Amino acid sequence: MHQPVKFYQTGTFTVGNRLLAPEQRSVQASTERSNSLNSGHRACQGCGEALGARYAVDAAMRATGNQLIAANATGCLEVFSTPYPETSWQLPWIHSLFGNAAAVGTGIAAALKVKAIKAGAEHSPVRVIAQGGDGGTTDIGFGCLSGMFERNDDVLYLCYDNEAYMNTGVQRSSATPPAARTATTMAVGAHPGAEFGQGKNLPLIAMAHEIPYVATATVADLRDLEAKVEKAMSIHGARYLHILVPCPLGWGAASHDTIRLARLARETGIFPVFEAEHGEVTAVTKIRRHVPVEEYLRPQKRFAHLFSGNGHPETIARIQADADRNIRRFKLLDEAQQEA
Amino acid sequence: MLKQIEGSQAVAQTVALSRPEVICAYPISPQTHIVEGLGELVKSGALAPCEFINVESEFAAMSVAIGSSAAGARTYTATASQGLLFMAEAVYNASGLGLPIVMTVANRAIGAPINIWNDHSDSMSQRDCGWIQLFAAHNQEAADLHIQAFKLAEELSMPVMVCMDGFILTHAVERVDIPAQNEVDAFLPPYEPRQVLDVNEPVSIGAMVGPEAFMEVRYLAHAKQLMALDRIPQIAAEFAERFGRTTGGLVRGYRCQDADTIVVALGSVIGTLKDTVDELRGPADDGPRIGVLGIHSFRPFPLAAVRAALEQAKRVVVLEKSFSVGLGGVVSTDVRLALSGLGLQGYTVIAGLGGRAITKASLARMLREAVADRLPPLTFLDLDERIVKRQLEREAATRRSGPIAENLLRDLGTVASKVS
Repeated sequence: MHQPVKFYQTGTFTVGNRLLAPEQRSVQASTERSNSLNSGHRACQGCGEALGARYAVDAAMRATGNQLIAANATGCLEVFSTPYPETSWQLPWIHSLFGNAAAVGTGIAAALKVKAIKAGAEHSPVRVIAQGGDGGTTDIGFGCLSGMFERNDDVLYLCYDNEAYMNTGVQRSSATPPAARTATTMAVGAHPGAEFGQGKNLPLIAMAHEIPYVATATVADLRDLEAKVEKAMSIHGARYLHILVPCPLGWGAASHDTIRLARLARETGIFPVFEAEHGEVTAVTKIRRHVPVEEYLRPQKRFAHLFSGNGHPETIARIQADADRNIRRFKLLDEAQQEA
Repeated sequence: MLKQIEGSQAVAQTVALSRPEVICAYPISPQTHIVEGLGELVKSGALAPCEFINVESEFAAMSVAIGSSAAGARTYTATASQGLLFMAEAVYNASGLGLPIVMTVANRAIGAPINIWNDHSDSMSQRDCGWIQLFAAHNQEAADLHIQAFKLAEELSMPVMVCMDGFILTHAVERVDIPAQNEVDAFLPPYEPRQVLDVNEPVSIGAMVGPEAFMEVRYLAHAKQLMALDRIPQIAAEFAERFGRTTGGLVRGYRCQDADTIVVALGSVIGTLKDTVDELRGPADDGPRIGVLGIHSFRPFPLAAVRAALEQAKRVVVLEKSFSVGLGGVVSTDVRLALSGLGLQGYTVIAGLGGRAITKASLARMLREAVADRLPPLTFLDLDERIVKRQLEREAATRRSGPIAENLLRDLGTVASKVS
């Protein structure tokens, strides 16, 4: 049943840099890691969600000494990992529905708490994560998620945001960015792609619940992702981690560009990477090399209409303005960079 | 201990005696008193250790119950009406995952028009969801059924709904024998889950099942319901042996032995029917030979038991508080299946929708017609046909007729139709 960990020579960022001192190494650098989502699953090549989930869950497993249970929303992650009677999960895992992963997590945490009290402990040694894509989190699962936050249930919710409903054929979600083409926001009409001014910023909404910990991360910064999971697992109560996971299929990008696109989303300011505690921002990842949004948009077919024919320079300018607003709001640039 | 107690409180107390570990609920009339009672017991520490979770919706209530039950805790929730419909997706999921959750349904009508009073439309809408559905005829049965439900659910690893008439039972104060904790403990052992989220033996629950196995997995749900068909009467008998009273089971007949007319019913109306039958038969038992068959297990539907109880009758009247719009009675369809080939005269009587009182006088009138074989095959008891007729005429004549309140009130004679 247990699948030994395999290592692939894919570069120091992904294997976790085994040249470092052992205590500085990534969870993924260790052959002792849980390998919670093992190989053989059916995700697409270059899937950001599979990568993000493996890093996040393995880090949570290390943080808890493998005392972890996962609740999973319906979506790509569930479908590609559990074709009955097979499963890629090495930890106790449950999938119930599309919109209830947070509530199922709440139920598991409640059951564990009662068991712990019966055993004479204050907290259960076993911890709970709930996970889903942006559709299952920002849209259909939003009510259950808000309820879980509001009660401060002891669950870490992991949102793997690939910015649309990829499992059903790339339809718009409330996390789809403006101007992006999806199957329900086609690149036609006067303002092709998704509307400006719509959608939800779930990390900010999570912060408004004043839960102990909210953070964002991308699959371009896997050590940062691991560190945030580790920090989240050191806290009791409701925690939320929003991870940008590019989808080669849905974004119309090359499989080998997943990491590059995630990095560009951060370096343009389109996706601010930060941490917040009890409703206040406590840390941000500064932009190292500030790039214009065009560099991020151009490799993706979902934005191809912005560059074809006469192009849509005014739309690109609006996206740039949104990115600049993020940079101001979260102070993503050093003062020296801002002046430059 | 005998108590003069509200039905909801009797249920809350017996659920508490069953030692649930997680209770989650969203308030909806007429379920509220049950979860209020349990909330107080948990908050005061009387039920420790138990987690009471106030959720944001019924969908969340069933979802929390799914997580809690899958993690090995004895889990309870309660709902009614729109709430049951709102949780429907998770209701199906709980049975598909084989989770032994117990849920009270305080039966209530479904809107529109919105109506908070009792009928069986809510739980009947979940007829095919894979849960066992037990119906209580009175509050003693409602209380007792919960203890039996936990045992049944956990033995078979499938969820059980205990259906009790909203307001008529939930808010009625009557005498109920609440058992002692040690008696319940002896009857109901601690929950030992068959399939549990355990870090020492990890399993994946709720995998994606393709066409090559889905039929078989779904068939297993049916096979388990058939097992329940055996286990429900056995548990009722074990309960009767320990507690000295018969509640639950599949069906229970009243004066059926010599009856040529048998009324089939579910829930609290069984009591009214028994009284009506007694009065019609008269003190000298020289009236029409009518009996009552109460169905206590609606799912699994006890085809053989119903057939055995009815086969010597001449006619069967199914009295039910729900209907399948565009067809007729929901329960009648099942009863007809049980009677197929017997050639009995069958009647469906829809009664008490949205809390319309089912009076003994109306029942007696209807039964006399049935005995004389003058009853239409589908009857809506006490339906005011004038209102329906006028409304249909309006709809034929005007474009925007709709069930406008003003029109209905005028037809009912509630407001004056002429202006001085």
